Amino acid sequence: MNRSILFHWSIDHYLHALLSALALASAFILLLIVAFLLIEAWPVLSGSHWQAFFTDASWYPLEEQFGLLPMLVASLTIMLGAMLIATPLGLASAIFVTFFASGFLLRSYRLLISLLAGMPSVVLGLWGLTVLVPLIASYQPPGASLLAATVVLALMILPTIALAAAAALAAIPDHLMSAAAALGMRRKTQILNVALPAARLGIWSALLMAMARALGETMVVLMVAGNVVQYPHGLFDPVRALTANIALEMGYAMGDHRAGLFASGLMLTLIVLLLAWLATMITARSSSYE
Amino acid sequence: MSQYSDVTFTLGKVALAEPCCVPKALLQVSDLSIAYGDRKVLETVSLDIYKGCITALIGPSGCGKTSFLSSINRLTDLIPSATTEGTILLDGKNILDRSVDTLSLRRRIGMIFQKPNPFPLSIRRNLELPLREHGLKERKLLREKIEKALRDVGLWAEVKDRLESSALSLSGGQQQRLCIARALVLEPEILLMDEPCSALDPISSAAVEELIIRLRGRYTVVIVTHNLAQAKRVANYAAFFWMKERVGKLIEFGQCQHLFDAPSDALTAAYIQGIKG
Amino acid sequence: MSERLFAMLIYLAAASIMALLFWILADLSYQGWSHLSFDFLIEEPANAGREGGIGPILSSTLLIIAVTLLAALPLGLAVAIWLAEFTRRGDRLGQSVRLSLDVLAGVPSIVFGLFGNAFFCIYLGMGFSILSGGLTLACMILPVLIRTSEAGITAVNDAWRQGASALGMSKSSAIYHILLPAASPAIAAGLILGIGRATAETAALIFTSGYVDRMPESLMDSGRALSVHIYDLSMNVPGGDGAAHASALVLISLVVLLSIVAQGLTDRYLKRRLMV
Repeated sequence: MNRSILFHWSIDHYLHALLSALALASAFILLLIVAFLLIEAWPVLSGSHWQAFFTDASWYPLEEQFGLLPMLVASLTIMLGAMLIATPLGLASAIFVTFFASGFLLRSYRLLISLLAGMPSVVLGLWGLTVLVPLIASYQPPGASLLAATVVLALMILPTIALAAAAALAAIPDHLMSAAAALGMRRKTQILNVALPAARLGIWSALLMAMARALGETMVVLMVAGNVVQYPHGLFDPVRALTANIALEMGYAMGDHRAGLFASGLMLTLIVLLLAWLATMITARSSSYE
Repeated sequence: MSQYSDVTFTLGKVALAEPCCVPKALLQVSDLSIAYGDRKVLETVSLDIYKGCITALIGPSGCGKTSFLSSINRLTDLIPSATTEGTILLDGKNILDRSVDTLSLRRRIGMIFQKPNPFPLSIRRNLELPLREHGLKERKLLREKIEKALRDVGLWAEVKDRLESSALSLSGGQQQRLCIARALVLEPEILLMDEPCSALDPISSAAVEELIIRLRGRYTVVIVTHNLAQAKRVANYAAFFWMKERVGKLIEFGQCQHLFDAPSDALTAAYIQGIKG
Repeated sequence: MSERLFAMLIYLAAASIMALLFWILADLSYQGWSHLSFDFLIEEPANAGREGGIGPILSSTLLIIAVTLLAALPLGLAVAIWLAEFTRRGDRLGQSVRLSLDVLAGVPSIVFGLFGNAFFCIYLGMGFSILSGGLTLACMILPVLIRTSEAGITAVNDAWRQGASALGMSKSSAIYHILLPAASPAIAAGLILGIGRATAETAALIFTSGYVDRMPESLMDSGRALSVHIYDLSMNVPGGDGAAHASALVLISLVVLLSIVAQGLTDRYLKRRLMV
């Protein structure tokens, strides 16, 4: 056997070179995405066209009217409404999992929540379209509306909040809860005044992640929101979200219209990334506390 | 092969170590300093490791003994911030030189860790993996080498019927002896041991110690130990490390018996006394 | 608010979430079950999907997932290994790759659709095809695959790394023989998350793999995914609800089935090499 201890090229060096190249390639995908969004959106981004997104009254692409505001407002309204429903339910679910359920109940509840988390959004949309929309329509037509989109979207982001908040609650140091119990606090006080404040950074980060998901979701809003471009005036108004607009019009959009869709995608990405960035900043802060 | 290789020792009655016949330096360490980032842990250590002898490194925790040990097989490379200065000569070649191929170096210098770390594989695979790694493919030869290594560490009788079961199912002492067999199967010239008995119960510890004594003469062993009695029982040479101004230093090096019975440094004497008292 | 009222509210919330989930599942089963049969799984769709089955659609779906995994799995594992074993903590390059993957993970799926359409379909000239759709999804699931596997590999007991290193084993064989098998639960978890997302995805596929519901003859053919089929039936085909519900049941079963297969395969090819 060769007993020389002098350096020679070994398989590790080749592997290292290969893996580095692949890692750079994977990071390159992001650049590629940004580059292609910019290239495709350039016709409407260059010059002062981009102002039209905010100054044009509404979205009539065939008449060169590219006002995104009604759809942006619709997207944000649906998202906030969904958060309003999903936040209390999600937090209650996390408290249930951490402090109330145990044994078989806990195991089956967890399983069902993860089943809900893995539910394809198109299936939730289908349910909304065939069950919820007719239900709302029987009260006030047309049914496909801001309300329907808000409820189904809330269902979709609920597991995100429930799972991440439960993880944040589980990460509270044990001694904190034992101290609270030793002080003779009632369970309600322990949870509301000790556990939730202690886990607040993790919970905020969970909420921001859920907001990012809600804004980026396409299928649910496409299927149940009604897709009429207008500012929402009431819960029963049909509205069109930014994501749904892309899905609806990409099939036939040409020229500036297509560019406008890419620009709206770019804007959407920036908003979602801002939320995700805030979420990671909060997580980083919470872990630096430990 | 030296006179000690065939001697069997019984528990509790172990002959006092004697220095090797003709001291011949296999490793020459000069002016070795080790630092982790800005923190120096070891400064200007020079000593010779003699061929076929057991050299014990003694001293309190945190004075750089383990760092010294891992610089010999360049395991310090695994710690990104670790830097070394000085030279360690093996066959006239500086181990610390960047041009040294660490894989071939480590094949010649085996290491045993404080906590037994058999791979989560079968007993046989644990020994076969390093052999195959170094190019041995022939089944018959593999079988022979594995059996020999297991016999060497006195594990053969205990495991010969369960070679295919998990190495993690062995007891702590058996795991450590398997790790020694795994190192021996590559026929290294030098064996580095980092407190090999400290994580074991007293009986396993005695078995491993007995095994180390049996290695004397056939292998060059460098062993870190906190157990002075153990150092006295197994080693031919001893090196005493101590913290001075928060940096580990070599205080005294010499024949084991000499260092224990007539230490030339006051610190050494105090340390040995302190342990005794 | 009294202690008892608080507890009641919590139980009420948990119970209503469960009730909603059961409502959805019950509705799906009720409306879809009558439509479901073995023939439904293999037949060609007829009358815009109202009748017939989903044979070609199921084939396209499986082909898209196969393309996604063939592209994303080797690349994902490679990058995970690189991040866990070949970059040091605080390494600039490693950090920037991690950051770009985290950003990629936040990109909305419809935007992946836009990108896939512009890059794979038009720029690379693949057109609306199973290949375009699969590669688009591969970009989408890459981050979750990488970060989950990376966490698993990093968490492997350091003593085994040291042990392998001290025996003069190359990093490559330590990774192959010990680290990857020991990280297999995490790799399986990442794989299952990725497969789940890819199978459920609709928005990214509409403008990359397309709408065509014929049996695909090659990867360059357009192929309709199951999720796109559900969307099309429910939105554009009056009277397609029965078939849509049946397809939704198939889609959910497919996600579960593929997860089980993924778990089984990682156990077989990675974990089995270990004896713990």
